[in-house]
Amino acid sequence: MSPPPPASADAATVRVPGAQFVTDGATRLKEIGFAALLLTLLGIALLTLLVLMIDVIVEGASSITPEFFTETPSRIDPESSGIAPAIWGTVWLMIVCAAFIIPVGVASAIYLEEYASRENWFARFVEVNIQNLAAVPSIVYGVLGLAFLVRGPLSLGNVVLAGGLTLGLLVLPVVIVAGREAIRAVPPSIREGSMALGATKWQTIWKQVLPASIPGIATGVILALSRAIGETAPLIVVGATAFATSTSTALLQEFSALPIQIFGWTADPQEAFKALAAGAIIVLMVILLGMNAIAIWLRNRYEQKW
Amino acid sequence: MTDPERTRRESEGLGVDLAGTVAATHQIAGKPSLTREPIFQLKDVSVRYDAKLAVDDVGIDMFRNHITALIGPSGCGKSTLIRCLNRMNDLIPSASVDGHIIYHGQDLYGQEVDPVEVRKRIGMVFQKPNPFPKSIYDNIAFGPRILGMKGDMDEIVERALRGAALWDEVKDRLGDNAFGMSGGQQQRLCIARCMAVEPDVILMDEPCSALDPISTGKIEDLMMELKENYSIVIVTHNMQQAARVSDMTAFLIVELDAAEKNRWGRVIEYDETEKIFTNPSDQRTEDYVTGKVG
Repeated sequence: MSPPPPASADAATVRVPGAQFVTDGATRLKEIGFAALLLTLLGIALLTLLVLMIDVIVEGASSITPEFFTETPSRIDPESSGIAPAIWGTVWLMIVCAAFIIPVGVASAIYLEEYASRENWFARFVEVNIQNLAAVPSIVYGVLGLAFLVRGPLSLGNVVLAGGLTLGLLVLPVVIVAGREAIRAVPPSIREGSMALGATKWQTIWKQVLPASIPGIATGVILALSRAIGETAPLIVVGATAFATSTSTALLQEFSALPIQIFGWTADPQEAFKALAAGAIIVLMVILLGMNAIAIWLRNRYEQKW
Repeated sequence: MTDPERTRRESEGLGVDLAGTVAATHQIAGKPSLTREPIFQLKDVSVRYDAKLAVDDVGIDMFRNHITALIGPSGCGKSTLIRCLNRMNDLIPSASVDGHIIYHGQDLYGQEVDPVEVRKRIGMVFQKPNPFPKSIYDNIAFGPRILGMKGDMDEIVERALRGAALWDEVKDRLGDNAFGMSGGQQQRLCIARCMAVEPDVILMDEPCSALDPISTGKIEDLMMELKENYSIVIVTHNMQQAARVSDMTAFLIVELDAAEKNRWGRVIEYDETEKIFTNPSDQRTEDYVTGKVG
């Protein structure tokens, strides 16, 4: 055991038993200072968020009335404006998006984890590109949706189906990556145990690997949807409207969505509409926080400890 | 008799005599006319991972209703060898198997053999208990369900659990997750799961290495009971265990090439367990079983 370097020449000569365990003030101060610095930086991040939220709540709380959820938006009269079409549009977008990303994302994850060999150039190519896709700006997906879904080969028009699929393409990499992680977390010994009983590879995947990875996949899907729900840019490009007059109930109807509604209202010069925008932000935020809470709960409740 | 080549030829000789037959009578020195039906006949079995040899040229017979033990030092390829017997090595892309493993007159590595069919008849219990993350009941029922076995599932589950001496411990909590069981119980559950699909043979790859002595004792007792109805092949690094439970023992050693760069396993002696442990033919076997090396 070597004692720490003495603080001064005096300390080195006068050896009090136990004194070698005492840190000098400067070292301790540095420790505290560093911790305080980290806490401050964390505080700045949290404070910004808190100020934003409080500001929105103060401004928007008065807008949130029962009529706010049942009325359609108006360009002229803030009093009778509501977000009903936007809410329904968002619900429909999420349904279309989920119906697209769950099967496609899970199938891709299964293929990449269970079938594609690591040495296969195709699998590696796909893997690298999934990472790349996750980093592509969302507006690019909007342009893609406009060119291929709204117009071009599919020519769906600016309808819910086109919007939902565009958002689906945007968040698909999130689902694939989460799905692969969940599948990889199932230990090989489970696959071996299943195969040793005479199960085929597909039976093993379908009856053992997938059920064991559902919590992880579900968490990934919810997080993907909670990213999609706040996206504005791609929806603007594919032609969502901020002033839908009916609650869209069909896949092939024009649609609005919460972020589009918020965007439309904040751009309006009338102060009263800004309050409505703040109200809609509160609604979107509550939905988002709710979805993330479900994802966290799912992960904690069902995640398998191997 | 210390010449390893001679021992090896002798052990291979057993297989040559039996080529193509399903049942035969073996004359074992000192035990006249003991009737044994071979269940596996290994001929020139070598295993490679990529180009690297792992197990070299094994030729031994394993018998019905026997417990056959594979013993030897770490890295001698005993786990690799046992995984050939139900084609579990197929799951490792780099593994390749040469030679023939004759099971009931059919080569398990024949061109038209489906490994899935092989594994339905030749079950396996692994080193680390690997219950499925499901209820105790569903762990047992999984195999019979996927194989489409007829009959009352409750009965199948009870029979399998009774067979593995686990029924009394778990009958009141069949719906509980298997992960809540002790390690020993989990391993017996894995044995029960294996029995539920009514295989011919149960392969056990160091089934007790993760268990305490009491659980190990229970599994060993269970193996003695199981051999009435099954043939068992067990890999163990515990020599006392091999001596206690097995009828036949194969001793594998690690061979090194001249440069000491490559190492692979080879069977140098295969005989009745009693002989292996009391009067082995090969000096290296004796050194190992008496604890001089290893």
